[in-house]
Amino acid sequence: MSAGTPRALDRRPWTFYVLTCLFVAYVIALYGPMLCIYVLSFQDVRGGLVFPMKGLSLHWFVELFTQVRTGDVKGSFDRSIKLAMMVTVITVVVSFLAGMAFRRRFWGDGVVFYLMVGSLVAPGLVLGIGIGLLFQVFHLDPSWFTSALGAQLSLTLPFGVLVMFAVVSRFDRRWEEAARDLGASSWQTTRMVVIPILLPGLVAVALFGFTLSYDEFARTLQTSGSLNTLPVEIWTMTLNVTSPSLYSLGTVTTIVSFAIIGLCLGSIAQMQKRRAMRKADH
Amino acid sequence: MATTKAGNIELAGVCKRYGDLLAVDGVNLKIPDGAYCCFLGPSGCGKTTILRMIAGHEDPTEGEILIGGDNVVGLPPPQRRTAMMFQSYALFPHLTVSDNIAFPLRVRKASKEARIRLVGAMMEKVRISELADRLPGQLSGGQQQRVALARAAITEPRVLLLDEPLSALDEQLRIQMRQELRRMQRDLGITFIHVTHTQLEAIALADLVVVMESGRIKQAGPAREIYAAPKDRYVAEFVGGQNVLKCRVERVNGSSATLASQAAKGIEIPLAGTRHLAVGDEVDIAVRRDDLHLRRPDGNAAAAGVAGISARVRAVEYQGYFVKVMLDALGEEDFIAYVSEREFFGDPFTVGDVVVATWAAERSLLLA
Repeated sequence: MSAGTPRALDRRPWTFYVLTCLFVAYVIALYGPMLCIYVLSFQDVRGGLVFPMKGLSLHWFVELFTQVRTGDVKGSFDRSIKLAMMVTVITVVVSFLAGMAFRRRFWGDGVVFYLMVGSLVAPGLVLGIGIGLLFQVFHLDPSWFTSALGAQLSLTLPFGVLVMFAVVSRFDRRWEEAARDLGASSWQTTRMVVIPILLPGLVAVALFGFTLSYDEFARTLQTSGSLNTLPVEIWTMTLNVTSPSLYSLGTVTTIVSFAIIGLCLGSIAQMQKRRAMRKADH
Repeated sequence: MATTKAGNIELAGVCKRYGDLLAVDGVNLKIPDGAYCCFLGPSGCGKTTILRMIAGHEDPTEGEILIGGDNVVGLPPPQRRTAMMFQSYALFPHLTVSDNIAFPLRVRKASKEARIRLVGAMMEKVRISELADRLPGQLSGGQQQRVALARAAITEPRVLLLDEPLSALDEQLRIQMRQELRRMQRDLGITFIHVTHTQLEAIALADLVVVMESGRIKQAGPAREIYAAPKDRYVAEFVGGQNVLKCRVERVNGSSATLASQAAKGIEIPLAGTRHLAVGDEVDIAVRRDDLHLRRPDGNAAAAGVAGISARVRAVEYQGYFVKVMLDALGEEDFIAYVSEREFFGDPFTVGDVVVATWAAERSLLLA
């Protein structure tokens, strides 16, 4: 705009400031509580569960991994990561196949779809209790890698499939047909055309699956059996641990979550960079 | 496989049914080896279905498809030695230009050296060597078409099938790329089958034009025959360049007949060969738009052997080297004259003028 135009046109309307305030309040409400926990986890040995902050050290992080009385943090962390990886793999594979299948109408497709999405609507805690009961009926011992795995899949599969639907809807069938026309077998078509084109979507599904599983609580509470996953362990700790090591645990798990997301995004960026590099080489 | 190299195609009684819908209805056609053949018709006439059946992406419900003398029904595309260029090209978005072209070689497990050599030569041929490392998203429409052509041609198919190959391009590029298609066809020396709904495209390119309507072939022949000697009203109107008049037979006199339409009388046409006409029969005749001459009405009777219609000028469109004059003739929806620019501007007509459109009566074409 030229200097001669009236300033009034440049000025923002009052609604801009109202909405800005609203947004700032929202961000504070969203991240403030987490920030409190991260900050308080860095207190020294005198630290308590509330402000003010007492000292600055990594004492409670050391405590977390050395003291048995705080709970089985290392073991549950281990189990949660393994469980999340299993959930991720199953979610990606099943979502991919379902996405491929649902491109066409087939007999009973509506029923299959609603059965799949239905478990998303059911309250997680109730679903968990149900799974626990069912295992009892069949005289099976619930454990984190059987009943909890199934309980978590009831959450991640519908999510993954819905994401896959969106991804697959932008996939042009002519790519597959062209591959076939050019002599590719159906396996070659899948490996060389379909999966590479859908890869960003598959990574998104994997991320979803992993993070949903890693901090799943409601469905896991009644299904993990005698050995806890990390969120369940944290919950039991809130009942009997009264030291800032609880907070340091929150900090550590957050770091792990971000590290995994960063790793995924980083690997995608790396792939793109390599492609660009190859282009520049010639 | 004991297939010959020849890319002559024969369709024998080919039908394709989708539920109750008969998309292709008993098509018989022979396409010679090395021909440029265009299937021409409105959308939904079955032309793309025929192409896909030749390519092996659909199976005919009935009938045989022979390539090089062998029935190929049921065989996958590579065994037919056909290759298809898809509408909007279907280039793989995640592969570079050279990887796209190398794709058919990669799935056939060709060695890396062979791949580099063949892809390099092919890119040279279609003049895209400098684009080798681009992704399809970074190419213009014309460049994409060249890549698609190169990818389809790299396995040396005997037939190349092109589904509306020029429809994704803008007008100017379309004319340029159609020349390129023709050049490639000559270079490769293989059969091209090209599906289009654009009359001018078919006529400009094809050795053999196949005009289709609702699953049937209406006429197949060289471009000039299709344009100058359409068999019936549908072909004449679809291919264009003709006015079609509905007439009644007034007199039959041995080797000629005299016809009359609502707007014109005494149209004497020669009767060729087998066609038998009786007085009172309703027939259609076609008159080429560029055979018409326009003059102002002067009360003089038309000379012998000249047919004429008087009409009012409805609209005039200047087309550069000729002028398109649209006339309101009694009983006909469209009656159009293409008048050469010099002739028109010697004595220009304006909308609303009454004119007499005349043509040499023996140039009228009797339609089936």
